[in-house]
Amino acid sequence: MTLLSVERLDARHGLLHAVRGVSLALAEGEKLALVGANGAGKTTLLRALAGAHPAAAGTVRFDGADITALPAHRRVALGIALVPEGRRLFPEMTVVENLLVAGRHRRPGPWTVDTVLDAFPLLRPLRHRRAANLSGGEQQATAIGRALMTNPRLLLLDEVSLGLAPQAVDAVYESLTGLIASGTTVVLVEQDLARGMQIADRVICLLEGRIVLEGAAAELTRERVTAAYFGLGGLGGAGGKP
Amino acid sequence: MTAQDRSATARYTVERWTRLSRLTMTGIGALVVVLALVPLALTTYVVEQLTELFLLAILAAMWNALAGYGGLISIGQQAFLGLGAYATIFIAQRGVPPYLAMVLAALVAGAIALPISVLVLRLRGGQFAIGTWVVAEVLALLIALDHDLGGGTGVSLTGLNIYPPDDRQAYTYWLTLGFGAVLLGLIFGVLRSPTGAALQAIRDDEEAAASLGVRVDTSKLLLFVLAAFGCGAAGALTLANTLFIQPQSIFGVSWTAYMIFMVLVGGLGTFEGPLIGAVVFFAIQHWFADLGAWYLIGLGATAIAFALLLPRGLWGWVEHRFHLRLFPLGYRLERAAQREP
Amino acid sequence: MIWVSVVIQGVLLGAVYSLFACGLSLMFGVMRIINLAHGDIAVVGAYLAWVVATKAGVSPFVSLIVILPAMLVVGYALQVALLARSLRGGQLVPLLTTFGLAIVIQNVLLEIFSPDVRSLGASAGAITKSSWRITDALAISWFGVAILVVAVLVLGGLDVFLRRTALGREMRATAQDPDAAQLVGVDARAVYARATAIAVATAALAGTFLAIRSTFEPSSGPTQLIFAFEAVVIGGTGSLWGTLVGGIVLGVAQTIGAHIHPQYSMLAGHLVFLAVLASPRGRMLLARSART
Repeated sequence: MTLLSVERLDARHGLLHAVRGVSLALAEGEKLALVGANGAGKTTLLRALAGAHPAAAGTVRFDGADITALPAHRRVALGIALVPEGRRLFPEMTVVENLLVAGRHRRPGPWTVDTVLDAFPLLRPLRHRRAANLSGGEQQATAIGRALMTNPRLLLLDEVSLGLAPQAVDAVYESLTGLIASGTTVVLVEQDLARGMQIADRVICLLEGRIVLEGAAAELTRERVTAAYFGLGGLGGAGGKP
Repeated sequence: MTAQDRSATARYTVERWTRLSRLTMTGIGALVVVLALVPLALTTYVVEQLTELFLLAILAAMWNALAGYGGLISIGQQAFLGLGAYATIFIAQRGVPPYLAMVLAALVAGAIALPISVLVLRLRGGQFAIGTWVVAEVLALLIALDHDLGGGTGVSLTGLNIYPPDDRQAYTYWLTLGFGAVLLGLIFGVLRSPTGAALQAIRDDEEAAASLGVRVDTSKLLLFVLAAFGCGAAGALTLANTLFIQPQSIFGVSWTAYMIFMVLVGGLGTFEGPLIGAVVFFAIQHWFADLGAWYLIGLGATAIAFALLLPRGLWGWVEHRFHLRLFPLGYRLERAAQREP
Repeated sequence: MIWVSVVIQGVLLGAVYSLFACGLSLMFGVMRIINLAHGDIAVVGAYLAWVVATKAGVSPFVSLIVILPAMLVVGYALQVALLARSLRGGQLVPLLTTFGLAIVIQNVLLEIFSPDVRSLGASAGAITKSSWRITDALAISWFGVAILVVAVLVLGGLDVFLRRTALGREMRATAQDPDAAQLVGVDARAVYARATAIAVATAALAGTFLAIRSTFEPSSGPTQLIFAFEAVVIGGTGSLWGTLVGGIVLGVAQTIGAHIHPQYSMLAGHLVFLAVLASPRGRMLLARSART
């Protein structure tokens, strides 16, 4: 069953055309990895899906309903949650308070402060610490937990490994696999190709705002994805300059 | 590269003047000459009205310099109006001829802006706004304590009494016109200079500008002192017109209200905007000032409407819509049509 | 001994200033706007209290029961109708809009009520006249203490609201990162409207107390705005209890100044404010708010 359907979505940053005519469909329970170089439009696309960035053209449908004009905070009530790039925790508030803010607007579901702290055991002893005083890995765990508090049907993860030490990344992905096993629909933006392709069912590669490669993770090789990533071939690629 | 490639490569030059701006500058020059001749040809009433108009233009241009080019919203410029007026009194009391005292007073106001800036320029946004207002209040209170300067009841510029009223009006007119030309010329010069580009950069994004090596603090200080000098001149000229000042009126915040109105309506951040705003305000003042409180309500409501609906102001809208630029303040790329064989 | 009396008067005066200041501080903390019409809104509160007290023949304290909820609604409407649009325009527009609003309010009050100076002290009853006699030279007014108690309760209440309630948490989150807040379901517009509602209601309360304690007229607003702002800066932006301390320091400065010479009272307050601004502490606290 199609949970998310995007048709010819356009998004701009002032004069910059960041997302150009992107169309995709996501079934419930699917995991999609969104890859691409810096500036390819991945974050803008995620933010447009979450409602934090206005769509200049195109449609976004969630569970059949047109949500293109719906503001971000209302999409949370429908079940779309974004873990933003750079974590963006509320710095002066504690871990628990960060979770509680999200908890006020949650849908019915299994995630509560307790179950989140169970899923991220490293956070339990830190729960009354101010977010600004957490390490990168701890902040990332809190950010994911905060999004989970809303009991989302669609979880959007933007660069969760950015700026983290390898062990921290391992820890984050460990918790994520548990989550993913439970059947949440996930769109994951990830610069680390290996990790992205490991988790995902499908991969989409963006270049300068357009989709240049799309396919099942199991069928695509790293080489093909890398080539599309840098614009050296792929879907409709004209081969470019020698 | 083949010969074909070379001929396809056009060259670009950077131009600052356009035909329109050349026309404008010539027109302005002629206008100043014509205006200088007005007292010799027209009635004192006309001279009076024009003096008032020029004064408003000076005020608007100064507030625009701070807010439009520096991003500094000041609601305390009346501090310098008062300083200019009271410095005139102070200097004149020491035997200096009144019109010379006015010029010196304006310079004094600009000088006093330096220590004030140390305190006030470290503030941002709304804090800067109220900070400047507090400075104005403090100055008003301090001056009200000085009996030589008339205290709370006010003081007159008696030195002007030696001139017959018509002559006095003419002299005031010329001084106002002179100040106006100099101040607008200074702003124009600053805008055309590298500092002008720096100011635009600061206004758009201070951090980015600083990272490019733009001297943010110096540029803001320059504007602050310039605006102080201009408002000081306006204060001295107001004294010349009214002959009598009191702390409450010359240090009153309604001056700021007028400045904000003129700049918002005319066009914040444009060179022509404040001048247009001054004309509009002048007209409104003449038609509606009798309405008392309603007049001010109308002013306030109009300022709000412009801030929300037409933040570019009248001229800003015209500039945007018709891509018009009267003054040579921008840069253009011109394609030099050259074909090499 | 007389100095003790002067300081105590200053503390009680400062309590009024803190009441004025807490709304300003809240709006600045949550929305980063300095509402230049804040003082005038307080004066509107005073006039409303005057109207209700004279028309219904009740004490102004009773009129608060009607006015406070009304002003909550007014504040909410103000945000939705006017300030929300201003916020989108960047930093300049809210300042210009609230300044325009201040001018409009002052002159509307002038039109409706005339420039006469009024006071609610008479209709407030005996409480405003009574005082504790401690010694021959020292008397502490009942009402002054009552205002101090109310100020502490209001500030304390606001503090608890922000720290312990869900709505308060939302407000703090929106203040710290409005973008992230909307991503977890917080409706920023509603949060801003609530903050403005609270600010307007506390302003009306402060205005009413001022009217009872002394006099008011249509142009009283700007002075109160300046005092409120000074209290916020002296006490440190970002802390509600700091606002109480700031108000009290300002009040004491003013009463000490007045004691030296009646004309020095406001000047003393301004100078303390400027001194705090120039101090390293002043530079630090401004750097903090500039960073956001």
